Amino acid sequence: MDYLTLLQILDSTIRLSIPLLLACLAGLFSERAGIFDIGLEGKMLMSAFFSAAVAFTTGSVWIGLLAGILASMSMSAIHGLASITFRGNQLISGVAINFLAAGMTVLIAQDWFRQGGRTPSLEGSARFQELTLPFADALRGVPIFGPLYADLISGHSILVYIGFAVVPLSWWVLYRTRFGLRLRAVGEAPEAVDTAGVSVIGLRFAAVAICGVLCGLAGAYLATGLQAGFVKDMTAGRGFIALAALIFSKWRPWYALSACLLFGLLQAVALRYQSIDLGGFVIPVQFMDALPYILTVVILAGFVGKAIPPRAGGEPYVKER
Amino acid sequence: MDRMPPWADAVLVPLFSLVLAAILSALVILAIGESPTQAFWLMVDGALMRSAGWGYTLYYATNFIFTGLCVAVAFHARMFNIGGEGQAMIGGLGVALACLFIPFPHWIIALLFVTVAAGVFGAAWALIPAYLQATRGSHIVITTIMFNFIAAAVLNYFLVNLLRPPGSMDPATANFPEATHLPTFQEMFSTAETTLFRGSPANVTFFLAIAACVVVWYLIWRTRLGYEIRAFGHSETAARYAGISPVRITVVSMLISGALAGMMALNTTMGEAERLVMNATEGAGFIGIAVALMGRSHPVGVFLAALLFGFLYQGGAELALWTDIPRELIVVIQALVILFTGALDNMVRMPLEKIFLSLRRKEA
Repeated sequence: MDYLTLLQILDSTIRLSIPLLLACLAGLFSERAGIFDIGLEGKMLMSAFFSAAVAFTTGSVWIGLLAGILASMSMSAIHGLASITFRGNQLISGVAINFLAAGMTVLIAQDWFRQGGRTPSLEGSARFQELTLPFADALRGVPIFGPLYADLISGHSILVYIGFAVVPLSWWVLYRTRFGLRLRAVGEAPEAVDTAGVSVIGLRFAAVAICGVLCGLAGAYLATGLQAGFVKDMTAGRGFIALAALIFSKWRPWYALSACLLFGLLQAVALRYQSIDLGGFVIPVQFMDALPYILTVVILAGFVGKAIPPRAGGEPYVKER
Repeated sequence: MDRMPPWADAVLVPLFSLVLAAILSALVILAIGESPTQAFWLMVDGALMRSAGWGYTLYYATNFIFTGLCVAVAFHARMFNIGGEGQAMIGGLGVALACLFIPFPHWIIALLFVTVAAGVFGAAWALIPAYLQATRGSHIVITTIMFNFIAAAVLNYFLVNLLRPPGSMDPATANFPEATHLPTFQEMFSTAETTLFRGSPANVTFFLAIAACVVVWYLIWRTRLGYEIRAFGHSETAARYAGISPVRITVVSMLISGALAGMMALNTTMGEAERLVMNATEGAGFIGIAVALMGRSHPVGVFLAALLFGFLYQGGAELALWTDIPRELIVVIQALVILFTGALDNMVRMPLEKIFLSLRRKEA
């Protein structure tokens, strides 16, 4: 494998990691506040459709992004209503959201565009264009570093850079602000937060809202950055890989970055090579597809470092029993 | 104190949720510019007014009975088995291997053996998540989700690399031998003069599904194991105090659950397609969640809810055929049912409880 092929694989690793990363961080905020969220997939899908549809109609990808975020947040609102206000089962609510998104997106897409549940392809300003970082073209000739900078670091859409920036931002918010401390506390011991006079319900709704915004970014990137338009079920299980990455990273932002890059790399390799021949022993492509899930089960089983979820996760908070 | 009589809890709450889901679905249909009443009658006409429509409705219902029971059994032990889809896929693999490689003389013998194969394969796929939940505390919801994806990859590998007949492009097995053909409703109920259930896929597996309902009822409410499962579901600490092993109950109830999901493949793979295809389960594993929630985890409720979803599936296919409403409408209805009967249960329950409380006060 030569240097340019390596760069190409790493480049597509970055592109494929970003939706995972944004969704994973979305889940991080929600689950750190004690709200399990298996509806990441549905929120991304909702956002993917509405961002593409609105971007196509208005011709502006930024308005599309806003619509995507709002759509994703409305799903978050349902999840919050069910799991915080009415103390319902958070897992069941997540399942419902996934199906709601899978059905509604196709239903509305068919009603608006009549193209078999997809949006028309996006062009020009209705899509996030690739940015060229300063000096990318001038430095291309420099050996080793030139192509690295011009092809790998430069030449992504703005959402990719935003995605990477969200990692330190999340770390800072969670570990260096008062809000972050309270948010983590509400996922571990909500009764303590309540005793301190801070609203458990308010904090949890805030976390779920942040989750909606980040899932919105992830979905918008899928439909308007990575691809040019929405197609039915385009998230293709990414919400669940993000969930896997979240467990893999043990609910911590920097580990989430490495987990998502690893799972993105697996996707990029599976996309490029149908099967990998290791001197007589062939690794089938299906194994590469399943590897993120297998790794997650191994981590969950606690054979390689135990993954312990936030203590109050999944439990609705009842003020006085 | 019970706030509501048991019959209200069993009948009124699901019914109320269903009405809410129906109202919202009607609004969705209105929003895309179609008439809800017309759509409803079209569904009734396509699914219930002809025997062929019933044939499809009962065919879908058979799938949903199995997957609904699968989720229900796990619910009794307070576990949420989202992995019915994967367990049904692997069950299908068991069906295909048995049908292709064992020379059965007659379909009755084939059905007996293949049922066991489907159940064993489905149960095997639930074993690892169950064992990990019981001994390592890995959350069963997450592991079963992961096992759904792993099952899809395994099935893909088997179909593309091992079981595909030479020269075929289609990722599917060869057709099963003639001896494994299950009698369809058309063959069973048509007389010389009238053909009933023409061309519809409902087959003898439907009666197996009804038998499964009875067996699950007997198991849960009339055996020691069922008692232990329910006790464990109500309170793990109390069950442990009574000498019930949590590991054993977790693993056994998940094995039963997985076996039921695996048996769904009898209907789709052996009964209908007569070969194993890539997407044989068609999401029925997930519909089982809605069915079990609506049926309040009771076999009778599961049976009725499965019939309802069978009707919705067949009716939805008719709608997609005759109107501009895509099949995905059914996915939306399914989502709303899960939302109202599962997650927003308290929202539906609270007003009903208030009504019953005020009624009781008047009596007093």
